Amino acid sequence: MSIESLSLSGRKKEVSNKKMTFMESLYLVAIAKGLWITLGHLFTRKVTIKYPEQTRSLSPVYRGQHMLMRDDEGRERCTACGLCALSCPAEAITMKAEERKPDEKHLYREEKYASIYEINMLRCIFCGLCEEACPKQAIYLTKSRVMVKSASNREDFIYGKEKLVMPLEMAINNTKPQMAK
Amino acid sequence: MDTAIIIEKGIFIVVIFAITMLFAMYETLAERKIAAWFQDRIGPDRAGKGGILQPLADGLKLFSKEEFFPNTPNRFLFIAGPAISMSTALITSAVIPWGDTLHIFGRDVVLQATDIDIAMLYIFGVLSVGVYGIMIGGWASNNKFSLMGAMRASSQMISYEVAMGLAIIALVMMTGSLSLRDIAAGQHGMSWNVFYQPVGFLIFLVCSFAETNRTPFDLAECEAELIGGYHTEYSSMKMGFYLFAEYASMFISSTILAVLYFGAYNFPGMDWVTENWGANATTWIGVLVLFGKICFFIFFYMWVRWTIPRFRYDQLMKLGWKMLIPLAIANIVITALAILWSDGKLF
Ligand code: SF4
Ligand code: SF4
Repeated sequence: MSIESLSLSGRKKEVSNKKMTFMESLYLVAIAKGLWITLGHLFTRKVTIKYPEQTRSLSPVYRGQHMLMRDDEGRERCTACGLCALSCPAEAITMKAEERKPDEKHLYREEKYASIYEINMLRCIFCGLCEEACPKQAIYLTKSRVMVKSASNREDFIYGKEKLVMPLEMAINNTKPQMAK
Repeated sequence: MDTAIIIEKGIFIVVIFAITMLFAMYETLAERKIAAWFQDRIGPDRAGKGGILQPLADGLKLFSKEEFFPNTPNRFLFIAGPAISMSTALITSAVIPWGDTLHIFGRDVVLQATDIDIAMLYIFGVLSVGVYGIMIGGWASNNKFSLMGAMRASSQMISYEVAMGLAIIALVMMTGSLSLRDIAAGQHGMSWNVFYQPVGFLIFLVCSFAETNRTPFDLAECEAELIGGYHTEYSSMKMGFYLFAEYASMFISSTILAVLYFGAYNFPGMDWVTENWGANATTWIGVLVLFGKICFFIFFYMWVRWTIPRFRYDQLMKLGWKMLIPLAIANIVITALAILWSDGKLF
């Protein structure tokens, strides 16, 4: 068997440039076939998801809006090392570090924390490299399970700590099963 | 001419006008819905129940859009374009027999605005004036894309009108009349013209697609090459008029197809209905049957639109001049021979 005539998929078709006959050039048969195919589609199940009422279920690895995590005691994990900002290919992250005061031990896990932490959601490409780079497991894209909302103003897309840090109730909920044990 | 007849015709014309408008309105919704179904989608369903108010919303939107005038020296023609399109699309309905005679209030009411004996010629005349709307609009837009779209539309119209006329000649030879009323009446029961003139019907159908500028012959508004074609520069309700005219002429063209070839208001078993339920029942059912046929053809227009891609321009011209016209002439010759043969004058 020559290499030209091999067809591993079994769907290979020879292209031909033969002249059409008069019947073919009227396209009638071809059109009738096409009409039959589209008629079939008229009665197939519709695939539309009516968005605001129905939502598509997110996969477990869906990367949505970032979340800055808290540890078991509800303290922020981020230590403002800046590795996430460094790894970010889109230059989306900025932060400002601050030293933890003695009376803030219940708020921040490490001695240094981020007083300002901002992600520009318009720049972000949701690659997840920040998540991989973080040594403190402080930033995740898979935990919030929300998509970034649309807005009519560029400034609204710069998310600060108030939007990014895990809500306290969620941290409390997370610790509950362990306390029961 | 007494007053009663003027009132009767007046009411009838208003009703037909309203029905045409209603059809054109809901064709826009039907088109979007059917397109969606063919593509396994649902289509617009937010305005009203199942999207029933969508055409109103569309109209409202078009009304509230900015009225834009291009920098053109022909402002008058620019406005005249959509107006001509719209009026020619509407006045064709004057000669169409919407039903048989109705006996009410002791009068015989003919369900037709006017029964002129050259109705076929009238329709052809009006259809060819229709292209002026596109031509004038495209010309007055002062935009090369509009002009090219207009030129395409007019040359396409001229090419396909020939084949269309020839297809009709075969039909007229058979029926022996140019009056639509006679043609409709001649198809009593199930003896529809499509069974005697299948080739003629196919040619007429293809030409109707070309005449209404519908896919696969919508080269006049071919987005890929010409932006919007002849209505590139139009906005607001003038744009709406062009779109509306297209749908109105689709309705009229479906009606003509149904009247000429698919037996107009005739349906199988109409004699039985007349005997048992009376002539008025036959007429009413006939009107419904006619509208059923019209709806089928409108659906067919959309069905074809979402099946076949647009032709290339040279394919379009080749199909018109080299395929359809020879076919139509052959059809005339064969029809002529068949008529002679059935009269016993041949051999
Ligand atoms: S997901 Fe990627 S682009 Fe977005 S902030 Fe993290 S590293 Fe930057
Ligand atoms: S999120 Fe992680 S990588 Fe980024 S600054 Fe905080 S600790 Fe460092």
